[in-house]
Amino acid sequence: MGVAELPLLLALLGLAAYVVLGGADFGAGLWYMALPGERHRRLRDHTYHAMGPVWEANHVWLIFVLVVVWTAYPRAFGSIFSTLYIPLFAAALGIILRGTCYALRGVVSGPNEERVLGVIFGLSSLLTPFALGAAIGGVASDRVPVGNAAGDPIDSWLNPTSLLVGVLAVATSAYLAAVWLTADAERAGAAHMTEAFRRRALALGALAGALALGGLAVLHSDAQRIYDGLTSGGGLAAALVSVAAGAATMVCVAGRRLEAARWSAAVAVGAIVAGWALAQQPQILPGLSVDQAAASDATLVALLVSIAIGALILVPSLTLLFGLVLRGRFDESPMQLGSLESAGRPAATTGPRTTGPRHPAGIAAAVCAAVGGPLTFASDGGAGLVAGVILVLAAVAAGAAYLVPQVAVADTDDG
Amino acid sequence: MVLQIAQALGPVDQDYLLEARQMQALSFAVHIPLVCFGVAFPALVLGMEWLGRRRGDPLLLVLARRWSKVMIALFAVGVVTGTILSFELGLLWPQFMATYGDVFGLAFALEGFSFFVEAIFIAIYVYGWDRLSPRAHMLVGIPVVISGFSGSLMVISVNGWMNHPSGFRLENGRAIDVEPITALFGNSYFWHEMVHMYLAAFLVAGFVTASVYAVAWLRGRRDRYVRVAMAVPLVVAAIAAPAQVVVGDWAARSVARNQPTKLAAFEGLGRTERGAPIHIGGWYDEERGEVRYGLKLPKLLSLLAFHDPNATVRGLEAVPPGDRPPVNVVRLAFATMVGIGTLMAIFGVALLVAWRRRRALPEGRWFAWTVAALGPLSVVALVAGWVTTEVGRQPWIVYGLMRTEAAVTGAGGIPVGYAALAAVYLALAAVTAWLLRRLARAPLEIEAGDGCS
Repeated sequence: MGVAELPLLLALLGLAAYVVLGGADFGAGLWYMALPGERHRRLRDHTYHAMGPVWEANHVWLIFVLVVVWTAYPRAFGSIFSTLYIPLFAAALGIILRGTCYALRGVVSGPNEERVLGVIFGLSSLLTPFALGAAIGGVASDRVPVGNAAGDPIDSWLNPTSLLVGVLAVATSAYLAAVWLTADAERAGAAHMTEAFRRRALALGALAGALALGGLAVLHSDAQRIYDGLTSGGGLAAALVSVAAGAATMVCVAGRRLEAARWSAAVAVGAIVAGWALAQQPQILPGLSVDQAAASDATLVALLVSIAIGALILVPSLTLLFGLVLRGRFDESPMQLGSLESAGRPAATTGPRTTGPRHPAGIAAAVCAAVGGPLTFASDGGAGLVAGVILVLAAVAAGAAYLVPQVAVADTDDG
Repeated sequence: MVLQIAQALGPVDQDYLLEARQMQALSFAVHIPLVCFGVAFPALVLGMEWLGRRRGDPLLLVLARRWSKVMIALFAVGVVTGTILSFELGLLWPQFMATYGDVFGLAFALEGFSFFVEAIFIAIYVYGWDRLSPRAHMLVGIPVVISGFSGSLMVISVNGWMNHPSGFRLENGRAIDVEPITALFGNSYFWHEMVHMYLAAFLVAGFVTASVYAVAWLRGRRDRYVRVAMAVPLVVAAIAAPAQVVVGDWAARSVARNQPTKLAAFEGLGRTERGAPIHIGGWYDEERGEVRYGLKLPKLLSLLAFHDPNATVRGLEAVPPGDRPPVNVVRLAFATMVGIGTLMAIFGVALLVAWRRRRALPEGRWFAWTVAALGPLSVVALVAGWVTTEVGRQPWIVYGLMRTEAAVTGAGGIPVGYAALAAVYLALAAVTAWLLRRLARAPLEIEAGDGCS
């Protein structure tokens, strides 16, 4: 593996993370729609709450995949996006609708509005993974040639392989969500809810497994190259891992070992991405190998170095977030509401101590502004300009530090 | 073979270039105000929490908590609109991405990490109220503030590069010897854009937030909660507004030096002139190459662009007509930005003077109405500013090197996509406005510690 392949490997890891984490999130959206009415209110609230803390982070994975591909393999990116514009645009519309429904959920009131919101949320949770899967199906079945919109705009995504991958993406999403929601419900100690999602997890597991295995027949007739790749060598190994992990998940869910099921379900789905990648290599697009598609070495190295540095920050941050979530620290707990007194306790210094007119921040702001403004104005570049701009920004910061505490206490007497 | 990139996707004929550009512009116009809240709002929220804890003032903590919920909702929408933009880079401009993706892509990778860090810590911050110790809670707020800044820095470095491309060599129309770090961060053109946008984020977040509470005040809610919630973002924006004038002057001088044609379009200067004037109002007549029916202020353009009333300013005629941007769009956008910016700066100085004299903010309906109006106006100025620089860059997508028409996709369906996107954004705007109206009518009370579920 050389410098040309490494970014692709990282993009595929990102894709696997998105398929698993984003997928579980899409699946939760599907369950949100599939559980209507007052009868299912608790299940629905559980579904929504489970998404909460990780929603934003899960969806940044997609952006990560896109930027790595367009930086490292610009020609492949341009070709894929210009040919597959219909499913990709559909996915984008789904993403907009979904995100807005998510943000608006707290504002709607009444069962009718909630129902409408739930349906839009659910349909967009269906559309986006299907459309993205269909686009991947077009690449996998060699229907995207190199060039600006050089492929067929319809057949590139409306074909047996695309339909298979699209449906599979939806099914695995619903399956992952059901498994994870079961585990979340058990952690929260809600036995009824655990049972409800456990039944659904088992059913969806059977469905997704059947789809994945039955899909091989589709690949055999429509995407021979991928079929061959998946039935030999590394592709076969990944496929077997997926099957084994899927079977293990069923056993775990049936036997109520739900924390283990969380992980094995993720492996079962992630291994599908690995299997596709191994079967597809070494060509990204017909006639375009990874090496040919790769950007110049300087760009690849800079990209890899920045991903490495980024990972140093990202991995501990993600670990912290998921640690807090998986340990149930962000679970809903009615007792924690209204504990404002404890939040406001550290009242070591009270009163408008900072309101004196001779506050140093105020003087600093005035001095910085008086020096920085004219300096910036008079400099055409070089150190004078840099110093001037820094002083102007410092004046803004110091001015805010001076004034905000004052206006925040300005009329305490009538509060 | 590796470097066979430029135009490797082949030339195409696209009838809907204008629609493609408008679709991209619409998506930016929706995204950029949200960016302001991602960049500036965390600092306001964290400052409120810090002050509230230091003083033991529960009202400030309630305010910080409520704002943090707004912050995460706006961030969620920002993630979405940002994803749309990255899709559109490929959907609409595949040739641009295929040709230059490896020159500027690195910045987007770094921006991706910033976005990631912001998404992670914004969630921990908002869901961590009452669940983390006060100190830990404030600590997790710091990465949100930093990553909001670094993320916008990365994106603007790409825009700076598109306006002033460097860090590679062109050979037979292909980019070779790419030095991505130099291209993005060694660019003399990028820093003024960055600082200008960073201050704009505080102006927009500050004025918009203050205007929400000014409306509440006009509706009769005049308790301390509303007054503090209006005053804090307002003074932050009031301080940033005069600073923005200084930075804007720096930006204009950079444009004058690096993109003289864009500067000429700002003012509709047809012929190269010594001691060039500025016109207020009127419009640019392409036939005559001059502004008609405007109020002429002699020598002002030379003074503003070069700080010398007799400096020579290059006119639009210096380049062939095909290389000029649509002058009236750029000119109107520039005038709008400068006009509103000046208004905000005057307001800011007046507010600071009033505070210095009376140690109190002005009261009264006229003041509340002004604040209420400044929120939307600041967003108009923001969008007008981006129109100024982006339309002013036309017909180039990469200034002087790649025309926008050479970057566009060969795919069909652009009008359909544009209509669909516009319909979706309009519907969302309508739903949001309707919900906000209902919220505004509902009685508001300070709940003691609202949970963040």
